[in-house]
Amino acid sequence: MHITKDLVAASATPLVLGILAEGESYGYAILKQVNELSGGQLEWTDGLLYPLLHRLERLGHVEADWQTPPGGRRRKYYRITDQGRAELAEQRRQWAAVVDTLRSVWSATQSITSITAPAWEAG
Amino acid sequence: MTNAGNDHGLEGGMTNTGDDYDLEGQIAEWRAYMHRRRELNRADAEELEDHLRSRISELTEVGLRPDEGFLIAVKRMGSLDELSREFAREHSERLWKQLVLPGEPDTPAAARSRRELPVMVLCAAVAALAFKVPSWFGLDLDDDAGFYTSNFSLFALPALAAYFAWQRRVGIRVIGVLAALFVLGAVAANAYPLDDDSQSIVLTAIHLPLALWLVVGVAYVGGDWRSSRRRMDFIRFTGEWLIYFVLIGLGGGVLTAFTVGTFDAIGLNVEGFIESWLVPCGAMAGVVVAAWLVEAKQSVIENMAPVLTRVFTPLFVVALLSFLVAMIWTTNGINVERDALILFNLLLVIVLGLLLYAISARDLTARPGLFDRLQLALVVSALIIDVMVLVAITGRITEWGFSPNKTAALGENVVLLTNLAWSAWLFLGFVRGRMPFARLEHWQTRYMIVYAAWAWTVVLVFPLVFNFA
Repeated sequence: MHITKDLVAASATPLVLGILAEGESYGYAILKQVNELSGGQLEWTDGLLYPLLHRLERLGHVEADWQTPPGGRRRKYYRITDQGRAELAEQRRQWAAVVDTLRSVWSATQSITSITAPAWEAG
Repeated sequence: MTNAGNDHGLEGGMTNTGDDYDLEGQIAEWRAYMHRRRELNRADAEELEDHLRSRISELTEVGLRPDEGFLIAVKRMGSLDELSREFAREHSERLWKQLVLPGEPDTPAAARSRRELPVMVLCAAVAALAFKVPSWFGLDLDDDAGFYTSNFSLFALPALAAYFAWQRRVGIRVIGVLAALFVLGAVAANAYPLDDDSQSIVLTAIHLPLALWLVVGVAYVGGDWRSSRRRMDFIRFTGEWLIYFVLIGLGGGVLTAFTVGTFDAIGLNVEGFIESWLVPCGAMAGVVVAAWLVEAKQSVIENMAPVLTRVFTPLFVVALLSFLVAMIWTTNGINVERDALILFNLLLVIVLGLLLYAISARDLTARPGLFDRLQLALVVSALIIDVMVLVAITGRITEWGFSPNKTAALGENVVLLTNLAWSAWLFLGFVRGRMPFARLEHWQTRYMIVYAAWAWTVVLVFPLVFNFA
Protein backbone atom coordinates (compact mmCIF):
# COMPACT_ATOMS: atom_id res chain seq x y z
CA MET A 1 0.00 0.00 0.00
CA HIS A 2 1.27 3.43 -0.94
CA ILE A 3 0.48 6.30 1.40
CA THR A 4 0.09 9.60 -0.42
CA LYS A 5 2.56 12.43 -0.13
CA ASP A 6 0.15 14.78 1.65
CA LEU A 7 -0.66 12.26 4.35
CA VAL A 8 3.00 11.45 4.90
CA ALA A 9 3.82 15.14 5.20
CA ALA A 10 0.92 15.85 7.55
CA SER A 11 1.80 12.99 9.90
CA ALA A 12 5.53 13.67 9.93
CA THR A 13 5.60 16.28 12.69
CA PRO A 14 3.52 14.35 15.28
CA LEU A 15 5.47 11.19 14.46
CA VAL A 16 8.85 12.81 15.03
CA LEU A 17 7.70 14.63 18.15
CA GLY A 18 6.13 11.42 19.45
CA ILE A 19 9.34 9.47 18.96
CA LEU A 20 11.43 12.20 20.57
CA ALA A 21 9.02 12.30 23.53
CA GLU A 22 10.35 8.81 24.37
CA GLY A 23 13.89 10.16 24.69
CA GLU A 24 16.59 11.93 22.70
CA SER A 25 17.52 10.47 19.36
CA TYR A 26 19.19 11.20 16.03
CA GLY A 27 17.99 11.28 12.45
CA TYR A 28 18.77 7.78 11.35
CA ALA A 29 17.34 6.20 14.51
CA ILE A 30 14.15 8.23 14.20
CA LEU A 31 13.72 7.08 10.63
CA LYS A 32 14.26 3.43 11.56
CA GLN A 33 11.71 3.72 14.33
CA VAL A 34 9.12 5.24 11.98
CA ASN A 35 9.75 2.38 9.60
CA GLU A 36 9.34 -0.26 12.30
CA LEU A 37 6.24 1.32 13.84
CA SER A 38 4.47 1.57 10.48
CA GLY A 39 5.50 -1.92 9.44
CA GLY A 40 7.33 -0.43 6.47
CA GLN A 41 4.21 1.22 5.07
CA LEU A 42 5.23 4.79 5.79
CA GLU A 43 8.03 5.56 3.36
CA TRP A 44 10.07 8.67 3.86
CA THR A 45 12.83 9.95 1.66
CA ASP A 46 15.69 9.79 4.14
CA GLY A 47 17.14 13.21 3.49
CA LEU A 48 13.90 15.06 3.91
CA LEU A 49 13.71 14.20 7.59
CA TYR A 50 16.47 16.72 8.28
CA PRO A 51 14.81 19.89 7.02
CA LEU A 52 11.83 18.86 9.16
CA LEU A 53 14.03 18.41 12.24
CA HIS A 54 15.62 21.80 11.58
CA ARG A 55 12.21 23.40 11.29
CA LEU A 56 11.13 21.91 14.62
CA GLU A 57 14.39 23.16 16.10
CA ARG A 58 13.78 26.66 14.78
CA LEU A 59 10.23 26.66 16.14
CA GLY A 60 11.60 25.62 19.53
CA HIS A 61 9.81 22.24 19.64
CA VAL A 62 13.11 20.37 19.85
CA GLU A 63 16.66 21.15 20.92
CA ALA A 64 19.75 19.73 19.28
CA ASP A 65 23.41 19.31 20.08
CA TRP A 66 26.38 17.49 18.65
CA GLN A 67 27.66 14.56 20.70
CA THR A 68 30.48 12.14 20.11
CA PRO A 69 29.83 8.79 21.74
CA PRO A 70 33.05 7.01 22.78
CA GLY A 71 34.46 5.24 19.74
CA GLY A 72 31.66 6.56 17.54
CA ARG A 73 31.03 9.26 14.97
CA ARG A 74 30.08 12.83 15.83
CA ARG A 75 26.33 12.96 15.62
CA LYS A 76 23.55 15.50 16.07
CA TYR A 77 21.06 14.49 18.77
CA TYR A 78 17.58 15.93 19.08
CA ARG A 79 15.59 16.32 22.29
CA ILE A 80 11.97 17.43 22.75
CA THR A 81 11.30 20.62 24.71
CA ASP A 82 8.35 21.49 26.94
CA GLN A 83 6.95 23.54 24.11
CA GLY A 84 7.36 20.52 21.85
CA ARG A 85 5.43 18.37 24.31
CA ALA A 86 2.62 20.91 24.33
CA GLU A 87 2.64 20.90 20.53
CA LEU A 88 2.55 17.10 20.52
CA ALA A 89 -0.46 17.10 22.88
CA GLU A 90 -2.22 19.60 20.65
CA GLN A 91 -1.49 17.54 17.52
CA ARG A 92 -2.72 14.41 19.26
CA ARG A 93 -6.01 16.10 20.03
CA GLN A 94 -6.39 17.21 16.43
CA TRP A 95 -5.51 13.80 15.00
CA ALA A 96 -7.86 12.10 17.44
CA ALA A 97 -10.67 14.34 16.24
CA VAL A 98 -9.86 13.59 12.60
CA VAL A 99 -9.63 9.83 13.20
CA ASP A 100 -12.89 9.81 15.20
CA THR A 101 -14.69 11.69 12.48
CA LEU A 102 -13.40 9.41 9.76
CA ARG A 103 -14.39 6.35 11.78
CA SER A 104 -17.95 7.55 12.28
CA VAL A 105 -18.24 8.56 8.61
CA TRP A 106 -17.08 5.14 7.49
CA SER A 107 -19.38 3.21 9.80
CA ALA A 108 -22.32 5.31 8.53
CA THR A 109 -21.47 4.92 4.85
CA GLN A 110 -20.57 1.24 4.96
CA SER A 111 -24.16 0.28 4.04
CA ILE A 112 -24.22 2.82 1.18
CA THR A 113 -21.00 1.61 -0.46
CA SER A 114 -22.22 -1.96 -0.36
CA ILE A 115 -25.42 -0.96 -2.17
CA THR A 116 -23.91 1.29 -4.81
CA ALA A 117 -20.84 -0.78 -5.53
CA PRO A 118 -22.59 -3.22 -7.90
CA ALA A 119 -24.06 -0.32 -9.85
CA TRP A 120 -20.54 1.09 -10.53
CA GLU A 121 -19.27 -2.30 -11.50
CA ALA A 122 -22.14 -2.63 -13.93
CA GLY A 123 -21.42 0.83 -15.36
CA MET B 1 8.09 13.28 1.46
CA THR B 2 8.38 10.79 -1.34
CA ASN B 3 11.13 8.94 -3.00
CA ALA B 4 12.39 10.78 -6.00
CA GLY B 5 14.66 10.00 -8.89
CA ASN B 6 18.31 9.42 -8.26
CA ASP B 7 20.29 12.23 -9.84
CA HIS B 8 23.29 12.18 -7.62
CA GLY B 9 25.49 11.58 -10.62
CA LEU B 10 27.70 8.98 -9.00
CA GLU B 11 27.15 6.13 -11.40
CA GLY B 12 30.85 5.40 -11.29
CA GLY B 13 30.11 3.08 -8.40
CA MET B 14 28.06 0.81 -10.64
CA THR B 15 31.03 -0.66 -12.41
CA ASN B 16 33.37 -0.61 -9.50
CA THR B 17 32.66 -3.76 -7.54
CA GLY B 18 34.61 -6.28 -5.56
CA ASP B 19 37.01 -6.13 -2.67
CA ASP B 20 38.97 -3.14 -3.89
CA TYR B 21 35.84 -1.00 -3.80
CA ASP B 22 36.68 2.47 -2.48
CA LEU B 23 33.75 3.33 -0.22
CA GLU B 24 35.51 6.25 1.45
CA GLY B 25 36.32 7.74 -1.93
CA GLN B 26 32.70 7.47 -2.99
CA ILE B 27 31.49 9.05 0.23
CA ALA B 28 34.04 11.86 -0.18
CA GLU B 29 32.74 12.47 -3.68
CA TRP B 30 29.17 12.53 -2.41
CA ARG B 31 30.21 14.97 0.31
CA ALA B 32 31.75 17.23 -2.32
CA TYR B 33 28.40 17.28 -4.12
CA MET B 34 26.75 18.33 -0.87
CA HIS B 35 29.25 21.11 -0.22
CA ARG B 36 28.60 22.58 -3.61
CA ARG B 37 25.03 23.40 -2.57
CA ARG B 38 24.74 26.73 -0.85
CA GLU B 39 21.53 25.67 0.88
CA LEU B 40 23.43 23.01 2.80
CA ASN B 41 26.02 24.21 5.26
CA ARG B 42 28.88 22.17 6.67
CA ALA B 43 26.90 20.93 9.68
CA ASP B 44 24.02 19.77 7.48
CA ALA B 45 26.37 17.89 5.20
CA GLU B 46 27.97 16.23 8.22
CA GLU B 47 24.58 15.23 9.59
CA LEU B 48 23.52 13.77 6.26
CA GLU B 49 26.84 11.95 5.90
CA ASP B 50 26.33 10.36 9.31
CA HIS B 51 22.94 9.21 8.09
CA LEU B 52 24.42 7.83 4.89
CA ARG B 53 27.07 5.90 6.78
CA SER B 54 24.49 4.48 9.21
CA ARG B 55 22.40 3.30 6.29
CA ILE B 56 25.37 1.74 4.50
CA SER B 57 26.60 -0.12 7.56
CA GLU B 58 23.10 -1.47 8.19
CA LEU B 59 22.84 -2.68 4.60
CA THR B 60 26.28 -4.29 4.60
CA GLU B 61 25.45 -6.06 7.88
CA VAL B 62 22.55 -7.85 6.17
CA GLY B 63 24.89 -9.08 3.45
CA LEU B 64 25.07 -6.40 0.76
CA ARG B 65 28.41 -5.38 -0.74
CA PRO B 66 29.59 -1.86 0.16
CA ASP B 67 29.03 -0.54 -3.36
CA GLU B 68 25.45 -1.84 -3.36
CA GLY B 69 24.93 -0.41 0.10
CA PHE B 70 26.25 2.95 -1.05
CA LEU B 71 23.97 3.06 -4.08
CA ILE B 72 20.87 2.17 -2.09
CA ALA B 73 21.76 4.61 0.70
CA VAL B 74 22.23 7.46 -1.76
CA LYS B 75 19.02 6.56 -3.55
CA ARG B 76 17.07 6.52 -0.29
CA MET B 77 18.55 9.85 0.72
CA GLY B 78 16.53 11.38 -2.08
CA SER B 79 17.51 13.50 -5.03
CA LEU B 80 19.93 16.28 -4.24
CA ASP B 81 17.72 18.80 -6.00
CA GLU B 82 14.72 17.93 -3.90
CA LEU B 83 16.85 17.91 -0.79
CA SER B 84 18.27 21.33 -1.61
CA ARG B 85 14.79 22.65 -2.23
CA GLU B 86 13.57 21.47 1.15
CA PHE B 87 16.64 22.85 2.90
CA ALA B 88 16.21 26.13 1.04
CA ARG B 89 12.61 26.33 2.21
CA GLU B 90 13.70 25.89 5.81
CA HIS B 91 16.91 27.91 5.61
CA SER B 92 16.04 30.58 3.05
CA GLU B 93 18.40 33.00 4.79
CA ARG B 94 21.34 31.02 3.45
CA LEU B 95 20.54 32.10 -0.09
CA TRP B 96 21.17 35.68 1.03
CA LYS B 97 24.82 36.12 1.74
CA GLN B 98 25.21 37.82 5.06
CA LEU B 99 27.67 40.61 5.45
CA VAL B 100 28.31 41.94 8.93
CA LEU B 101 27.62 38.76 10.85
CA PRO B 102 30.01 36.10 9.60
CA GLY B 103 28.04 33.03 8.56
CA GLU B 104 30.41 30.38 9.88
CA PRO B 105 31.78 31.49 13.23
CA ASP B 106 34.82 29.24 13.08
CA THR B 107 36.42 30.80 10.01
CA PRO B 108 39.61 32.81 10.55
CA ALA B 109 38.05 35.77 8.72
CA ALA B 110 35.48 36.11 11.50
CA ALA B 111 38.17 36.45 14.16
CA ARG B 112 39.89 39.15 12.12
CA SER B 113 36.73 41.17 11.60
CA ARG B 114 36.06 41.07 15.35
CA ARG B 115 39.34 42.87 15.97
CA GLU B 116 38.70 45.26 13.13
CA LEU B 117 35.37 46.53 14.37
CA PRO B 118 36.66 48.45 17.43
CA VAL B 119 39.47 50.02 15.39
CA MET B 120 37.00 51.08 12.72
CA VAL B 121 34.69 52.60 15.36
CA LEU B 122 37.65 54.45 16.86
CA CYS B 123 38.68 55.86 13.47
CA ALA B 124 35.09 56.87 12.69
CA ALA B 125 34.83 58.60 16.07
CA VAL B 126 38.09 60.45 15.44
CA ALA B 127 36.82 61.54 12.02
CA ALA B 128 33.53 62.74 13.54
CA LEU B 129 35.16 64.61 16.43
CA ALA B 130 37.86 66.13 14.21
CA PHE B 131 35.10 68.14 12.62
CA LYS B 132 34.30 69.72 15.98
CA VAL B 133 37.89 70.58 16.92
CA PRO B 134 38.02 73.91 14.99
CA SER B 135 34.89 75.10 16.79
CA TRP B 136 36.75 74.85 20.12
CA PHE B 137 39.08 77.50 18.74
CA GLY B 138 36.21 79.80 17.89
CA LEU B 139 35.75 78.90 14.22
CA ASP B 140 32.03 78.92 13.52
CA LEU B 141 30.40 76.80 10.81
CA ASP B 142 28.42 79.79 9.48
CA ASP B 143 30.83 82.67 10.01
CA ASP B 144 33.94 80.81 8.82
CA ALA B 145 32.34 78.93 5.96
CA GLY B 146 35.46 79.44 3.83
CA PHE B 147 37.59 77.56 6.34
CA TYR B 148 35.21 74.61 6.40
CA THR B 149 34.82 74.64 2.60
CA SER B 150 38.51 74.23 1.94
CA ASN B 151 39.20 71.94 4.90
CA PHE B 152 36.30 69.47 4.95
CA SER B 153 38.34 66.67 3.41
CA LEU B 154 40.99 67.06 6.11
CA PHE B 155 38.68 65.82 8.87
CA ALA B 156 37.74 62.36 7.68
CA LEU B 157 40.41 61.31 5.20
CA PRO B 158 43.36 61.25 7.66
CA ALA B 159 41.31 58.99 9.93
CA LEU B 160 40.49 56.78 6.95
CA ALA B 161 44.15 56.63 5.94
CA ALA B 162 45.05 55.80 9.54
CA TYR B 163 42.54 52.94 9.51
CA PHE B 164 44.11 51.48 6.38
CA ALA B 165 47.61 52.09 7.69
CA TRP B 166 46.71 50.06 10.78
CA GLN B 167 44.91 47.40 8.82
CA ARG B 168 47.66 46.95 6.22
CA ARG B 169 50.41 47.19 8.87
CA VAL B 170 52.35 49.68 6.73
CA GLY B 171 55.92 50.57 7.57
CA ILE B 172 57.11 53.72 9.31
CA ARG B 173 58.36 55.22 6.05
CA VAL B 174 54.95 55.02 4.42
CA ILE B 175 53.32 56.51 7.52
CA GLY B 176 55.81 59.39 7.27
CA VAL B 177 54.92 59.96 3.60
CA LEU B 178 51.19 59.85 4.37
CA ALA B 179 51.55 62.32 7.25
CA ALA B 180 53.68 64.65 5.12
CA LEU B 181 51.11 64.66 2.32
CA PHE B 182 48.25 65.41 4.70
CA VAL B 183 50.25 68.24 6.25
CA LEU B 184 50.94 69.55 2.74
CA GLY B 185 47.18 69.42 2.07
CA ALA B 186 46.46 71.31 5.27
CA VAL B 187 49.03 73.94 4.34
CA ALA B 188 47.61 74.30 0.83
CA ALA B 189 44.09 74.72 2.21
CA ASN B 190 45.01 77.35 4.80
CA ALA B 191 48.28 79.10 3.97
CA TYR B 192 47.01 81.06 0.95
CA PRO B 193 44.99 84.22 1.63
CA LEU B 194 41.88 83.15 -0.31
CA ASP B 195 38.64 85.10 -0.07
CA ASP B 196 35.52 83.16 0.87
CA ASP B 197 33.93 84.05 -2.48
CA SER B 198 37.03 83.55 -4.65
CA GLN B 199 37.12 80.99 -7.43
CA SER B 200 40.29 79.49 -6.03
CA ILE B 201 38.63 78.47 -2.77
CA VAL B 202 36.00 76.52 -4.72
CA LEU B 203 38.70 74.88 -6.82
CA THR B 204 40.60 73.92 -3.67
CA ALA B 205 37.40 72.54 -2.14
CA ILE B 206 36.94 70.30 -5.20
CA HIS B 207 40.54 69.28 -5.87
CA LEU B 208 41.96 68.84 -2.37
CA PRO B 209 39.56 65.93 -1.61
CA LEU B 210 40.62 64.32 -4.89
CA ALA B 211 44.30 64.73 -4.08
CA LEU B 212 43.84 63.44 -0.54
CA TRP B 213 41.67 60.55 -1.73
CA LEU B 214 44.63 59.37 -3.79
CA VAL B 215 46.77 59.74 -0.65
CA VAL B 216 44.27 57.44 1.05
CA GLY B 217 44.92 55.17 -1.91
CA VAL B 218 48.58 54.97 -0.90
CA ALA B 219 47.47 53.78 2.53
CA TYR B 220 44.91 51.44 0.96
CA VAL B 221 47.54 49.66 -1.11
CA GLY B 222 49.75 49.41 1.96
CA GLY B 223 52.41 51.69 0.49
CA ASP B 224 52.77 49.46 -2.56
CA TRP B 225 51.52 52.23 -4.85
CA ARG B 226 53.68 51.25 -7.79
CA SER B 227 51.82 47.97 -8.25
CA SER B 228 49.33 48.15 -11.10
CA ARG B 229 47.16 45.40 -9.61
CA ARG B 230 46.94 47.13 -6.24
CA ARG B 231 46.00 50.41 -7.91
CA MET B 232 43.19 48.58 -9.68
CA ASP B 233 42.05 47.32 -6.29
CA PHE B 234 41.90 50.90 -5.12
CA ILE B 235 39.76 51.83 -8.14
CA ARG B 236 37.40 48.97 -7.29
CA PHE B 237 37.36 50.11 -3.69
CA THR B 238 36.55 53.69 -4.73
CA GLY B 239 33.50 52.63 -6.73
CA GLU B 240 32.10 50.44 -3.98
CA TRP B 241 32.91 53.04 -1.34
CA LEU B 242 30.97 55.67 -3.25
CA ILE B 243 27.92 53.43 -3.50
CA TYR B 244 28.03 52.55 0.19
CA PHE B 245 28.57 56.17 1.17
CA VAL B 246 25.50 57.21 -0.82
CA LEU B 247 23.46 54.42 0.80
CA ILE B 248 24.61 55.47 4.26
CA GLY B 249 23.77 59.06 3.32
CA LEU B 250 20.22 58.02 2.37
CA GLY B 251 19.84 56.24 5.71
CA GLY B 252 21.22 59.32 7.46
CA GLY B 253 18.65 61.46 5.69
CA VAL B 254 15.83 59.27 7.00
CA LEU B 255 17.34 59.41 10.50
CA THR B 256 17.60 63.20 10.33
CA ALA B 257 14.05 63.63 9.12
CA PHE B 258 12.68 61.43 11.92
CA THR B 259 14.79 63.13 14.57
CA VAL B 260 13.60 66.58 13.54
CA GLY B 261 9.98 65.45 13.17
CA THR B 262 9.67 63.56 16.45
CA PHE B 263 11.33 66.28 18.55
CA ASP B 264 9.24 68.86 16.78
CA ALA B 265 6.14 66.93 17.88
CA ILE B 266 7.02 67.52 21.53
CA GLY B 267 7.85 71.16 20.90
CA LEU B 268 11.66 70.91 20.87
CA ASN B 269 13.66 72.40 18.03
CA VAL B 270 16.74 70.27 17.39
CA GLU B 271 17.73 71.75 14.06
CA GLY B 272 20.75 73.40 15.61
CA PHE B 273 21.99 70.04 16.84
CA ILE B 274 21.28 68.45 13.47
CA GLU B 275 23.17 71.10 11.56
CA SER B 276 26.21 71.37 13.76
CA TRP B 277 26.52 67.81 15.02
CA LEU B 278 24.45 65.05 13.42
CA VAL B 279 24.91 65.83 9.72
CA PRO B 280 28.59 66.89 9.61
CA CYS B 281 29.85 64.39 12.19
CA GLY B 282 27.69 61.66 10.67
CA ALA B 283 29.08 62.36 7.21
CA MET B 284 32.67 62.24 8.51
CA ALA B 285 32.07 58.96 10.34
CA GLY B 286 30.21 57.66 7.28
CA VAL B 287 33.40 58.00 5.23
CA VAL B 288 35.17 55.49 7.49
CA VAL B 289 32.17 53.21 7.98
CA ALA B 290 31.57 52.94 4.24
CA ALA B 291 35.23 52.02 3.73
CA TRP B 292 35.01 49.36 6.41
CA LEU B 293 31.83 47.95 4.85
CA VAL B 294 33.52 47.68 1.47
CA GLU B 295 36.47 45.87 3.02
CA ALA B 296 34.26 43.55 5.05
CA LYS B 297 32.02 42.56 2.18
CA GLN B 298 34.44 42.49 -0.72
CA SER B 299 34.59 38.71 -0.83
CA VAL B 300 31.02 38.15 0.35
CA ILE B 301 28.86 40.13 -2.01
CA GLU B 302 29.15 40.82 -5.68
CA ASN B 303 30.57 44.28 -6.38
CA MET B 304 27.88 46.78 -7.24
CA ALA B 305 29.83 49.24 -9.41
CA PRO B 306 30.42 46.75 -12.27
CA VAL B 307 26.75 45.74 -12.12
CA LEU B 308 25.67 49.36 -12.50
CA THR B 309 28.20 49.71 -15.30
CA ARG B 310 26.65 46.78 -17.15
CA VAL B 311 23.22 48.33 -16.80
CA PHE B 312 24.16 51.87 -17.77
CA THR B 313 26.76 51.40 -20.51
CA PRO B 314 24.18 50.47 -23.19
CA LEU B 315 21.88 53.27 -22.01
CA PHE B 316 24.64 55.86 -22.20
CA VAL B 317 25.65 54.61 -25.65
CA VAL B 318 22.07 55.13 -26.82
CA ALA B 319 21.92 58.58 -25.20
CA LEU B 320 25.22 59.76 -26.69
CA LEU B 321 24.52 58.37 -30.16
CA SER B 322 21.07 59.95 -30.25
CA PHE B 323 22.62 63.23 -29.12
CA LEU B 324 25.08 63.03 -32.01
CA VAL B 325 22.34 62.13 -34.50
CA ALA B 326 20.11 64.93 -33.22
CA MET B 327 22.94 67.44 -33.51
CA ILE B 328 23.74 66.43 -37.09
CA TRP B 329 20.07 66.17 -38.10
CA THR B 330 19.09 69.60 -36.77
CA THR B 331 22.48 71.15 -37.57
CA ASN B 332 22.23 72.88 -34.20
CA GLY B 333 25.64 73.90 -32.94
CA ILE B 334 26.52 73.36 -29.32
CA ASN B 335 25.44 76.35 -27.28
CA VAL B 336 28.78 77.27 -25.78
CA GLU B 337 27.78 78.75 -22.46
CA ARG B 338 30.24 79.22 -19.69
CA ASP B 339 29.06 76.04 -17.95
CA ALA B 340 29.26 73.91 -21.09
CA LEU B 341 32.81 72.81 -20.35
CA ILE B 342 31.88 71.66 -16.86
CA LEU B 343 28.87 69.73 -18.20
CA PHE B 344 31.00 67.94 -20.79
CA ASN B 345 33.74 67.36 -18.25
CA LEU B 346 31.17 65.53 -16.15
CA LEU B 347 30.15 63.54 -19.21
CA LEU B 348 33.76 62.45 -19.71
CA VAL B 349 34.03 61.55 -16.02
CA ILE B 350 30.95 59.35 -16.32
CA VAL B 351 32.24 57.67 -19.47
CA LEU B 352 35.61 57.15 -17.81
CA GLY B 353 33.85 55.71 -14.75
CA LEU B 354 31.85 53.31 -16.92
CA LEU B 355 35.08 52.28 -18.64
CA LEU B 356 37.01 51.86 -15.40
CA TYR B 357 34.40 49.73 -13.67
CA ALA B 358 33.90 47.58 -16.71
CA ILE B 359 37.66 47.01 -16.74
CA SER B 360 37.75 46.40 -12.99
CA ALA B 361 35.37 43.45 -13.23
CA ARG B 362 36.66 41.98 -16.46
CA ASP B 363 38.37 38.67 -16.85
CA LEU B 364 41.59 39.84 -18.48
CA THR B 365 41.95 36.72 -20.59
CA ALA B 366 38.40 36.69 -21.98
CA ARG B 367 38.01 37.31 -25.69
CA PRO B 368 36.39 40.52 -26.97
CA GLY B 369 32.60 40.34 -26.92
CA LEU B 370 29.55 42.45 -27.67
CA PHE B 371 29.89 44.41 -24.44
CA ASP B 372 33.43 45.44 -25.37
CA ARG B 373 32.19 46.81 -28.69
CA LEU B 374 29.48 48.74 -26.85
CA GLN B 375 32.13 50.11 -24.55
CA LEU B 376 34.24 51.18 -27.52
CA ALA B 377 31.22 52.86 -29.09
CA LEU B 378 30.62 54.68 -25.81
CA VAL B 379 34.18 55.97 -25.59
CA VAL B 380 34.36 56.97 -29.24
CA SER B 381 31.04 58.83 -29.23
CA ALA B 382 32.04 60.66 -26.04
CA LEU B 383 35.31 61.62 -27.71
CA ILE B 384 33.58 62.94 -30.82
CA ILE B 385 31.19 65.02 -28.74
CA ASP B 386 34.00 66.38 -26.59
CA VAL B 387 36.18 67.31 -29.59
CA MET B 388 33.24 69.22 -31.07
CA VAL B 389 32.79 71.03 -27.77
CA LEU B 390 36.47 71.89 -27.65
CA VAL B 391 36.45 73.17 -31.24
CA ALA B 392 33.44 75.33 -30.48
CA ILE B 393 34.93 76.61 -27.26
CA THR B 394 38.51 77.42 -28.30
CA GLY B 395 37.54 80.64 -30.00
CA ARG B 396 35.69 81.81 -26.94
CA ILE B 397 38.39 80.99 -24.42
CA THR B 398 40.49 84.04 -25.20
CA GLU B 399 37.36 86.16 -25.13
CA TRP B 400 36.58 85.02 -21.57
CA GLY B 401 40.19 85.23 -20.43
CA PHE B 402 41.96 82.60 -18.38
CA SER B 403 40.20 82.72 -15.04
CA PRO B 404 41.04 79.94 -12.53
CA ASN B 405 37.71 78.22 -13.20
CA LYS B 406 38.10 78.25 -16.99
CA THR B 407 41.68 77.08 -16.82
CA ALA B 408 40.85 74.25 -14.44
CA ALA B 409 37.86 73.14 -16.53
CA LEU B 410 39.93 73.20 -19.71
CA GLY B 411 42.82 71.38 -18.04
CA GLU B 412 40.50 68.68 -16.75
CA ASN B 413 39.01 68.28 -20.18
CA VAL B 414 42.44 67.77 -21.68
CA VAL B 415 43.42 65.27 -18.95
CA LEU B 416 40.26 63.21 -19.49
CA LEU B 417 40.36 63.53 -23.27
CA THR B 418 43.93 62.23 -23.38
CA ASN B 419 43.02 59.27 -21.24
CA LEU B 420 39.93 58.38 -23.28
CA ALA B 421 41.63 58.88 -26.64
CA TRP B 422 44.45 56.49 -25.79
CA SER B 423 41.92 54.12 -24.17
CA ALA B 424 39.91 54.11 -27.39
CA TRP B 425 43.06 53.29 -29.36
CA LEU B 426 43.95 50.43 -27.03
CA PHE B 427 40.33 49.24 -27.01
CA LEU B 428 40.25 49.21 -30.79
CA GLY B 429 43.41 47.13 -30.83
CA PHE B 430 41.85 44.72 -28.35
CA VAL B 431 38.53 44.39 -30.18
CA ARG B 432 40.45 43.63 -33.39
CA GLY B 433 42.41 41.01 -31.51
CA ARG B 434 45.80 42.71 -31.79
CA MET B 435 46.38 43.69 -28.21
CA PRO B 436 45.86 42.00 -24.86
CA PHE B 437 43.26 43.57 -22.61
CA ALA B 438 45.79 43.96 -19.83
CA ARG B 439 47.34 46.87 -21.76
CA LEU B 440 44.14 48.86 -21.22
CA GLU B 441 44.08 48.09 -17.52
CA HIS B 442 47.73 49.01 -17.21
CA TRP B 443 47.13 52.31 -19.00
CA GLN B 444 44.30 53.23 -16.63
CA THR B 445 46.23 52.39 -13.49
CA ARG B 446 49.34 54.24 -14.71
CA TYR B 447 47.23 57.28 -15.55
CA MET B 448 46.18 57.70 -11.91
CA ILE B 449 49.45 59.53 -11.29
CA VAL B 450 48.26 62.20 -13.77
CA TYR B 451 45.09 62.76 -11.72
CA ALA B 452 47.18 63.14 -8.59
CA ALA B 453 49.59 65.56 -10.27
CA TRP B 454 46.73 67.61 -11.70
CA ALA B 455 44.79 67.80 -8.43
CA TRP B 456 47.87 68.88 -6.47
CA THR B 457 48.73 71.43 -9.18
CA VAL B 458 45.30 73.03 -8.93
CA VAL B 459 45.50 73.09 -5.13
CA LEU B 460 49.10 74.29 -4.79
CA VAL B 461 49.98 76.24 -7.95
CA PHE B 462 46.72 77.79 -9.19
CA PRO B 463 46.25 80.26 -6.30
CA LEU B 464 49.79 81.53 -6.85
CA VAL B 465 49.43 81.81 -10.64
CA PHE B 466 46.08 83.58 -10.44
CA ASN B 467 46.97 85.86 -7.53
CA PHE B 468 44.48 84.17 -5.18
CA ALA B 469 41.57 85.19 -7.40
